[in-house]
Amino acid sequence: MPEDVTFRVFRGEPDEEGVPSGEMVDYTVEMDEGMVVLDVIHRIQAEHAPDLSCRWNCKAGKCGSCSAEVNGKSRLMCMTRMEEIMEETPENTPVVVKPMQAFPLTKDLVTDLQWAYDLNKTIPPLQGPDEMDWKFDQIEADRIQEFRSCIECMLCVNTCHVMREHQLFEEFAGPRFFVRLANLEMHPMDEANRLEMIKDDFGLGYCNITRCCTEVCPAGINITDNAIIPLKERVVTEYYDPIAMIAKKVGLRK
Amino acid sequence: MTEDYTTHEYDVVIIGAGGAGLRAAIEATRQGASVAVICKSMLGKAHTVMAEGGAAAALANKDPRDSWETHFRDTMKGGKYLNDWRMAEIHAKESPDRIRELEQWGAIFDRTPEGLTNQRNFGGHTYPRLAHIGDATGLEMIRTLQERGIHTGMEVYMEYTVRHLFKSDGRVSGCFAYNRVDGSLHVFKAKTTVLATGGITRCWAVCSGSWEYTGEGHALAYWAGAEMGDMEFVQFHPTGMIWPPSVRGILVTEGVRGEGGMLTNSEGERFMFNYVPEMYRDEFADTEAEAMDWVNSIVADETPTARRPPELLTRDVVAKAINSEREAGRASEHGGAYLNISWRPEDQVKKKLPGMYHQFMELAAVDITKEPMEVGPTAHYVMGGVKVDPITQESTIPGLYAAGEAATGLHGANRLGGNSLSDLITFGKRAGQHAAEAAAGMDGYANIDEDEILQVISETLAPLHREGGENPAKVVEDLRDMMQEKVGIIRQGSQLKEALDDLESFRTREATTSPGGTRIYNPGWHQALEIGAMIDISKMCTLAALAREESRGGHTRLDFPTPDYSHWGKINSVITMASSGDMELNHVKYPPIPGHLKELLDADDLHEEEE
Repeated sequence: MPEDVTFRVFRGEPDEEGVPSGEMVDYTVEMDEGMVVLDVIHRIQAEHAPDLSCRWNCKAGKCGSCSAEVNGKSRLMCMTRMEEIMEETPENTPVVVKPMQAFPLTKDLVTDLQWAYDLNKTIPPLQGPDEMDWKFDQIEADRIQEFRSCIECMLCVNTCHVMREHQLFEEFAGPRFFVRLANLEMHPMDEANRLEMIKDDFGLGYCNITRCCTEVCPAGINITDNAIIPLKERVVTEYYDPIAMIAKKVGLRK
Repeated sequence: MTEDYTTHEYDVVIIGAGGAGLRAAIEATRQGASVAVICKSMLGKAHTVMAEGGAAAALANKDPRDSWETHFRDTMKGGKYLNDWRMAEIHAKESPDRIRELEQWGAIFDRTPEGLTNQRNFGGHTYPRLAHIGDATGLEMIRTLQERGIHTGMEVYMEYTVRHLFKSDGRVSGCFAYNRVDGSLHVFKAKTTVLATGGITRCWAVCSGSWEYTGEGHALAYWAGAEMGDMEFVQFHPTGMIWPPSVRGILVTEGVRGEGGMLTNSEGERFMFNYVPEMYRDEFADTEAEAMDWVNSIVADETPTARRPPELLTRDVVAKAINSEREAGRASEHGGAYLNISWRPEDQVKKKLPGMYHQFMELAAVDITKEPMEVGPTAHYVMGGVKVDPITQESTIPGLYAAGEAATGLHGANRLGGNSLSDLITFGKRAGQHAAEAAAGMDGYANIDEDEILQVISETLAPLHREGGENPAKVVEDLRDMMQEKVGIIRQGSQLKEALDDLESFRTREATTSPGGTRIYNPGWHQALEIGAMIDISKMCTLAALAREESRGGHTRLDFPTPDYSHWGKINSVITMASSGDMELNHVKYPPIPGHLKELLDADDLHEEEE
């Protein structure tokens, strides 16, 4: 027997001051076996609200477009099965779907992510040798391939309290871009040094390792342990470790 | 009421920000051109991101016997010799450097024991040839090009849809686009324009394409008067997910078979041994033992001496085999076939195919390290597209270029897996380079007719002014179901004729949809505007399919089940818009293959005696 489900979805736009203004609207549709949250949103569009705004592309967890907050948790709508949602939602209560709260609202479930594109441009790109056919081992590749699996869904940024509570978008690069910076810093062929920027411009020190980003990452990247902490260690060694500083002075370290 | 619009001017306007568009942008800016990239999604989200298995190039890192000559031969053979041999030659020769270059821009492909770019086996490729990162090669490619591209000075117009190409004195002189986010209207004047808009597979109900694959790029070129080639050839990838229903069509990489995945039917039989075509008989294993020998060599990282398992036949062959097994009543539980990689150790499956593990675990609750997957054909790629000059990628309309899936030629009647990612970077570069060179030779921008602009604006806003009509989503759903049923993997004349009639009735429905809402991020409005392109694209495919009375590659006719070597095997379809506005179909031949390239091909395949 097909089952009905009720979604309580945020509908609205920012007001003249940019403050989200709108209401939660209930929609009830039929659910089929194996559906994900995004399928239900599509069914709502097809049956009730063609103008319900929602971003999506691949519907296979590869593009990172359909980020939203479902029952208060940051998730990809295309990879969240309704089975799981129905288990966690108390009976006779609607499933609550809201846009990511850390980013400025565009409309309904869509937010403005321009910040991420602007920030990305300020990161110095890879600088390696001109010769082709770079040689490095799989063991070196392994470490950064984890970072390469980032789909830029921005759920980590949305969850990070530095962004969400304190809105430090100007001072802090956020988990996504520490993953990107770690990728560049740990690249076996890269010759650039971004540590000063990581410390000053990208505000790595604001992160106090609460691991919220790692918990929500749909690509399973261990953001805190494998990207952020190693970068913090590098910054500490470079700028705050007295022994390393002496070693540098006498030429034992570069 | 007059609507405001903003006018922009760029030397080169590139429509599409997947692999081909970004590679074109990188090249065009390198030539000093001012470049705008206009894309329907946000940067880095284009359909390229979904590519899985790898990018084919004869690097010969994994098997020293590989060479551009063999890659050329494999591509022509896989395309059933309807390829533009000039593009196949360029692609085979240039793709290795395009891959190496990606590595210098930050791509981290899997490594060989010597520390070079590793290469994986795929259907129709004689040697391991696909550079890859696990099963997420498309993501790696798009991220690499994105990260390179943002430092080149290209301007990106994200979430804009192009609706129309303008022509001045017979030359494409710009385009009209609307901003999906705020509904604002834009005219882009351009000295040259590159279409890198990808494919059309959203026209079928079961497909592996993202929502972007509604074929507007193909339609834009056709509406502007360009020649469209090979539109009957649509690749149904043999392995899409089939269960549960909501995931139907999502791609299961060919890499599963490249890593030793076996296909079986409901009786547990490895049926692919029964479907080896004559032209591939010498290259594939006869027995399960021989196939296992080959797989064991691959797993042990040794150069195989045994012949390949028949699961690695070309996609057209495997898709039709799965279909035939279903027709014969030997389908898997939900109407497909079983694909099993669980015989390999769990850690190897997770390392080689992490995305597949994740995808099946989360979407179907199937652990592929312990049980078989269920798979079936899914509309995956269109071989047809804009006819282009093989050297410059310019279409038959001056000033308009095309690259990647939007163009035709390289793949003939069937594309080999891995050849599309290498197509994007090889011909994306060429398109960007030649578009920029042509732009450099022009002074100033052509005048665009104001009446034409106002006409497009009025058409663009029309759905918002209609009331009481259908929800556009319903029209799209019905169109996709119709194409799936009547212009699907197996076609016949009577159904194709019905489809042509049906498509006309969709035009009537399209003209009356009413999405409601405003111009601010309104998916219903966006969808209402896509249907016109989908209808024209579907009609091109149907018309060309009805004419081709044979079966070859991505075109199979129940009423003409075999290849016809004397006539159809030597000609390609071309569709243009006649001066009456009707769709016109002709057939043409590529120039003859020169002797030194012909020597690389299998003489028996060419059927020259049947001229």
